[in-house]
Amino acid sequence: MLVRLRQPKREVTIDGARTVNQLLDELDMNRESFLVIRNGTLVPGDGRLDDDDTIEIRPVVSGG
Amino acid sequence: MSGSKCRVCKEPAIIDLPRHNANFCAEHLLQLCRRQVEKAIKDHDMLAPDDRVLVAVSGGKDSLAVWDILVDLGYHADGLYVGLGIGEYSDTSYEHTQAFAAERGLSLQVIDLRAEYGYDVPTAAKVTRRVPCSACGLSKRHLFDRAALDGGYDVVVTGHNLDDEAAVLFGNTLRWDVEYLSRQYPVLPARHGFPKKVKPLMRLTEREMAAWCIVRGIDYQVEECPMAIGNKHLAYKDALNAIERQSPGSKASFYLEFVDKMAPILADRSQAATGDLHRCAICGSPTTGDECAFCRLRERVGGHDPVPVELVLHGKARRAYLAGRQGAEG
Repeated sequence: MLVRLRQPKREVTIDGARTVNQLLDELDMNRESFLVIRNGTLVPGDGRLDDDDTIEIRPVVSGG
Repeated sequence: MSGSKCRVCKEPAIIDLPRHNANFCAEHLLQLCRRQVEKAIKDHDMLAPDDRVLVAVSGGKDSLAVWDILVDLGYHADGLYVGLGIGEYSDTSYEHTQAFAAERGLSLQVIDLRAEYGYDVPTAAKVTRRVPCSACGLSKRHLFDRAALDGGYDVVVTGHNLDDEAAVLFGNTLRWDVEYLSRQYPVLPARHGFPKKVKPLMRLTEREMAAWCIVRGIDYQVEECPMAIGNKHLAYKDALNAIERQSPGSKASFYLEFVDKMAPILADRSQAATGDLHRCAICGSPTTGDECAFCRLRERVGGHDPVPVELVLHGKARRAYLAGRQGAEG
C-alpha cells in the first residue's frame, strides 16, 4: 500500500494487508496522535488496509 | 473493512475513541462533538443565544471546527484572522480560512501584522531574541481583544481544545505556577476593558476535532507551524498522549477534574492576581504599565526589515522546516 505521511510530506510503500492499529504500531506512531484516511474517509483502528490502498496518516497534534 | 460498529446505531464505525471505550459512525461522531460543545457552553455559561461572537481563526482544524460547530448550533459567529507573516505557512493558513468563510458565506475580518503594524512574527522573534510563540501569542491576544471591543462583540471564542488545555495545565503543574494555574479556566469574564473569552472545545480532543473537519469536508492547514516545532507545548502533548495510550481518559480526567475541583479553590488567588490596571498611553488598552506589552513590542520591532523564517529556526525546527521545503520542491 502507498502511505502518505506529513510533517514533512513523504510517501512510503508497505507490503501486506494489516489493520490501522498494526500499521501505526509498526511505524511507532501513537494512535492518539494520528488519524488514518482512505479515499477521504476515516478508518478506525481495527479497519483493514490492503495492498492496493492509498492512505494518509494525518498527525492531529498542533503546537500553537 | 472494519469490524467495529457505531455505539449508537450499530452501523460500521469510522473512528475508535478509546476514552469513551466506543466507536462511532460519521453521523454520531458529529453528534458527540456537538453535545460536548453544548455541555461546555451550558456548564460554564459561555454563550447566550443572541450573543455576537467573534471567533479567533487560524486556518487550523480547531478554530475552523469551533466556528463550524457554533454556526451549526445557531450562533451568530464572525471570524477574525491575523496574518502573522510566517512565510508560506501563513499564506496557506489564510487561504484555508478565506475559503472556509467564503464557502459558507461567513463574515471574516483580516488583520495583517506586517501591513498594519510594521512587523511579523519571525522578525519580532529575531529582534527580541525570544521564542516566536511569545510575540505570536501576545500579538494575537491584543488584536483579538481590540477587534472584539471595537466591533461590539459580546465574546471572543478560541479553538483551544482538551489537549491544549491539558498540556498547559501539565506545564503549569510541573512548575507549580500557582498564578498561571489560578487563571487557567475555560471562561475569562469581561473585565477591566478586556472582552469575555471562552473555549467551547474544552471537552474535545484534537483527534476528535481533526475527525470533525475530515467528516465535514473542511480543508484545513494540516502542516505544523514551523515556529512551533520542538516547543515545550508539543513535548507536553507527546507526554500526555503516551499516558493516554496506556490509560485512555487520562487527559480528560486531568483537565476536566482540575476545572471542577481545583479551579474553585484557586479562584481567590486569581482575583488577587489582577494587578492595578489603567489605560495604555498609546492605544488605550488595559495594562499594568504605562504602555501595554503589544505597543512596547511594536515600538521595538516595527519597521525592521522582514526576517525570513529559516533565520529564526534552530535545531529540530530548522531541520524539519528545511526538509519540508525540500519535499515541497522535490
